[in-house]
Amino acid sequence: MSIWSYANPVKFLALSIRVQPFLWTAALICLATGLIWGFFATPDDFRQGSTVKIIYLHVPAALMAINAWFMMLITSLIWLVRRHHVSALAAKAAAPVGLVMTLIALITGAIWGQPMWGTWWEWDPRLTSFLILFLFYLGYMALWEAIEDPDTAADLTSVLCLVGSVFAVLSRYAVQFWNQGLHQGTSIPVTTGARTVSDVFFVPLLICMIGFGLLFAALVLYRTGTEIRLRRIRALRARMERTL
Amino acid sequence: MPDLGKYAVEVVSAYGASLLLLALLLGLSLRRGQRARAELAKAEAEAADHG
Repeated sequence: MSIWSYANPVKFLALSIRVQPFLWTAALICLATGLIWGFFATPDDFRQGSTVKIIYLHVPAALMAINAWFMMLITSLIWLVRRHHVSALAAKAAAPVGLVMTLIALITGAIWGQPMWGTWWEWDPRLTSFLILFLFYLGYMALWEAIEDPDTAADLTSVLCLVGSVFAVLSRYAVQFWNQGLHQGTSIPVTTGARTVSDVFFVPLLICMIGFGLLFAALVLYRTGTEIRLRRIRALRARMERTL
Repeated sequence: MPDLGKYAVEVVSAYGASLLLLALLLGLSLRRGQRARAELAKAEAEAADHG
């Protein structure tokens, strides 16, 4: 069976309802394990003290903030090319989740930065690109709400998503692009595998990253289901109005 | 509760703010989802009545 068969809202909902219990359960287990392990059972860092425990929230949230936008980029492209409504609705459903992840990354970063850098905020390339990404999320959500026709809203938000992807890339690679600013480079480089985090911190961090990823997937599936139902309600009401 | 030393306020507030935001996101998503299900059931019943 082709993946495009899930562009059918009924098939998508049926699959989503089957998958969600596993995703919610796995997310809960991973998040509870990772966060409890990280908070209660990891030692302080010799330089950062106990603030190192903020890493278990900050890094997974920042990771998901960027990945959420890439997921929205892919679904927006599918909408623009193939006009599948489910993909546009999935992008719409993911935006508030990405927004909250970005906000968590910004808040936890500021709380960590105050004692470590001596400032809540610095116009550093990575911090600034993350703030711009946050504003893009807000703008994207506002645009969906501002346009009455759902197809036009999906078209315009998809274009905004393409533009915002530049900042999502900048957020990810800002440290490499501009070798300046306060924010350190990535501690877990996926391409080289040369991570600078000790196993004692890395294992619970990895579990938290998986947990945030699963939570994102569960939330997006649930919220996409809601958007599909709201679209069906609009269609039914429009049909009834026409027959009156 | 582990001994968080002089950074206890920072660590606890970071966890508190993050968990609060996640709880809000979850709560609002679930409430919106439940409302949509109820509204859809009502709209489908109305549509069936209309024939």
